Amino acid sequence: MRTIFYVIQKEFIQVKRNKVMLRMIVKYCIMQMLVLVFAATYDLKNVNIFLVDKDMSSTSRELASKLEASPFFTINNASFNPEDGENELLRNADDMVLVIPPGFERDLIRDDKASLQLLVNAIDGSAAQLGYSYAASVIRDFNKNIIAEWKGLPEFKAPYQINTVSRFWYNSELDYKWYMAPGVLSLLVTLIGLFLSGMSLVKEKEQGTIEQLNVTPIRKIHFLVGKLIPFVVIALFDLAFGLLIARLVFHLPIVGSLWLVFGFGVLYLLGILGLGLFVSTLANTQQQVMFVTFFFMMVFILMSGIFTPVESMPKWAQLIDQANPIYHFMRIMRMVILKGSGFSDLIHEFVALCILGFTFLSLAVWRYRKTA
Amino acid sequence: MKQFIGFLRKEFLHIFRDPRTMVIIFLLPIVQLLLFGKVINNDLQDSKIGILDQSHDNTTREITSKLLSSGYFLLGEELQAGDDVEDVFRKGKVKMIVTFGPEFEKSLERDGKADVQLLADASDPNTARILTNYASGIINDYVKKEKLQNIQLPNQINTEVRMLYNEGLKSVYMFVPGIMAMILMLISAMMTSISISREKELGTMEVLLASPLKPIQIILGKVTPYLLLSFINTLTIILLGVFVFGVPIKGSFIFLMAESFLFILMALSLGILISTVAPNQMVAMFISVLALMLPTILLSGFIFPIKNMPWPLQILSNVMPPRWFIVIIRNIMLKGTGILFVWKETLILMFMTFVFIALSIKNFKIRLE
Repeated sequence: MRTIFYVIQKEFIQVKRNKVMLRMIVKYCIMQMLVLVFAATYDLKNVNIFLVDKDMSSTSRELASKLEASPFFTINNASFNPEDGENELLRNADDMVLVIPPGFERDLIRDDKASLQLLVNAIDGSAAQLGYSYAASVIRDFNKNIIAEWKGLPEFKAPYQINTVSRFWYNSELDYKWYMAPGVLSLLVTLIGLFLSGMSLVKEKEQGTIEQLNVTPIRKIHFLVGKLIPFVVIALFDLAFGLLIARLVFHLPIVGSLWLVFGFGVLYLLGILGLGLFVSTLANTQQQVMFVTFFFMMVFILMSGIFTPVESMPKWAQLIDQANPIYHFMRIMRMVILKGSGFSDLIHEFVALCILGFTFLSLAVWRYRKTA
Repeated sequence: MKQFIGFLRKEFLHIFRDPRTMVIIFLLPIVQLLLFGKVINNDLQDSKIGILDQSHDNTTREITSKLLSSGYFLLGEELQAGDDVEDVFRKGKVKMIVTFGPEFEKSLERDGKADVQLLADASDPNTARILTNYASGIINDYVKKEKLQNIQLPNQINTEVRMLYNEGLKSVYMFVPGIMAMILMLISAMMTSISISREKELGTMEVLLASPLKPIQIILGKVTPYLLLSFINTLTIILLGVFVFGVPIKGSFIFLMAESFLFILMALSLGILISTVAPNQMVAMFISVLALMLPTILLSGFIFPIKNMPWPLQILSNVMPPRWFIVIIRNIMLKGTGILFVWKETLILMFMTFVFIALSIKNFKIRLE
C-alpha cells in the first residue's frame, strides 16, 4: 500500500515540476470552454440577401422592407439582373438571391397567385435549409397580411384551423450554448485524461526510466494505480473549473446533482485513463501515442453526438456508439446538468461505463509487462 | 547533395519503420470521410416522440398516423392524461411530445379551430427546433389537404426555391474541403513539429547540428517526407470524395492541386515554427492541438458557419489558415470558379507561409543552449 503512495507522490512531483504543462492545461481548459462553446452554434444570426426586384411595385417594395425588418435578414445589394446575384453567391458575398419577377403585383391581384424565386447557396445544407425556412415564414406572414388588407378582413380566416403551439422545455430560449457547454466539458475531461495518461508511461519508456521502475519491487497493478490517481485528480479539477466557467460565463443552469456529475466523472475517468495507459503500453514513442489517441479521439468525439444528434446517425453507427465511452458520458452530463435526471434514469449508461472501464483497465494491466 | 540525400533517406526510414503511424496516416482520411459522409449529419430521421391523445377521435388519429408515417418520427411512448411529462423527458427516451386536448375534433368542427401542443425537449435546442418545425409543417399540410380540399384561397404567393451548388443538400459536400484542411494540417504541421522537437528532446539534434549538413538542409530533409505524404492524402480524399460520395470538381483540377500544394507548404512552415518554439514533444503536441486542430475544426467554417459566431471569434478566425483554404476549395470544387474569385484568399495563404518561414528562420538556433 505504501508503494502506491510513493508512486503517487512521484507523479505529483513530476506534474508540479512541469510548469509549462500545468499552465497549458489551465489555458487549454479556459480556451476550449470559451472558444468551442461560442463557436459551435447553429443559431442563424444573419443572412445576406441580394434583391432582384424587377416588379418595382408597392407590393414588392413592401415585401423587401418586411424581409429587411426581420432580425435575420440584411439586404446588401440590389440590381435588376439575376446574374449579378449569382455572381455575389459565387463570391460568397451573399447567401441568397430573391428574384421578384416583373408583373408580380399584377399577377397576384388578377390571377390570385404569383411566384417568387429564391436562389440559396446550399453548400452548407443545414444553414441553407434554415435560412430558407425563415425566409418562407416571413413571406407567408406577408402573404397573410396582404390578404387581410386587400380583402378587407381583419384577419383572413380559413374555415378550419389547427394551431400548433410549441413549448421548449429546459431551454425555452433555445440557447445553443447551454447544450454545448456540458458536451465541451466532457470533451475537456476526456482529452486531458487521455493525453496525460497516454504520454506518461511512454515518456518513461523513451527516456529509459521505465527500466528503473521495472526493477523496483513494486507490483504492476500498484504502479498503474499510482499512475492513474494523480490524473484523476487533475481531470476532476479541470471539470470543476470548467463547470465554474460555464456557470459564470454562460449562466448554465445546473439542474441535477453535482455529486452525480462528479461521481460519474470518476467512473468515466478510470475507464479513459485505462484506455490511455493501454495505448501507451502498445507504443514506443510519444509521437505514436499522440497520433493513435488523436485518431481514435476524432472518431469517438465525432460519433459521440457532440455536434450532431446520435439519433440522426445510421443504425450501425448507433450500435458502435454503445462501445463509445464519450457518447455515454456526454449523455450523462447533458441529462444531469440540463434536465436533472437522477441515477435511476441513467442505469443503462452506468452499466455501460462500468463494463467499458473494466475492459480498458484490464487490457492495460494485461499488456503492461515489467520485462522489457 | 549526397549528404542531403542520405539524410532524406534517414527521414523516410524513420517514417516507414513505424508501421502504426503509417497505417493511421493512410487510414485517417478514409475514416474521416466515411464518418462525415455517412454518420455526421443533421438530417433527423426516426426521432422518438410521445403522443398524449386525450380525445382519441378520427382527426387526432389521422394526424398521429400522418406524423408517424412521415419518416421523421417514431412512436416512442404513448402517454395517458395525468402522466408525468417531465419524467418521460428525464429518462431521455423521447425528444418531443405531441399533445391533443380533450374533444379535439368537436372543437374543430364547432369553433373552426383547435390546438395541438408540441412539447419539445430543448436540452438539445437544434433538434427541438427542427422537430417542432417538421411536426407543424406536417400538421399544416394535413389541414390543407384533408380539411380545406375544396376551398380556393385568394392571393397566394408561391415561393420557388433553388438550392444552388448542392441540390441534394448533402452534408458531405460541405465537409470534404474541411477534412482536407484538417488532415493536411495534422500530417504537415503536427507531424513535422513533433518529429523535429523529438530530435531536440532525445538529444539527436545535437548530432545533426554538428554534422556537415546546413540547417536549411536539415529542415528540408525533415519536411520533404511529410510533403509527399500530404500530397498522397490530398489525392486520396479528392478521389474518395468524387467517386464514393459524388462530390463534383467543377473547376480546374490542376488549380485545385496547386492550391493544395500552397496550403501544404503553409502547414509545413507552421510546423517548423512550432518546433522552433517548443522545447519538447509534449509541448509541441499541445501547441499543435491547441493552435491547430481546434481552430481548424471550429473556427474555419468547417462545421459551423463563421458568420454566426460572436464578433471576437469572427475576427480571430481571420488568422486561421484553414478558413481561407476551405473557401478556396469550396469555390473550385463546388462552384467551379477560377482564380478571379479566390485571389484574395490565395494571397493571404501566401502571406502566411512567408511569415511563418521568416519567423522560423529568426527562431532557429544552430547553437545549443
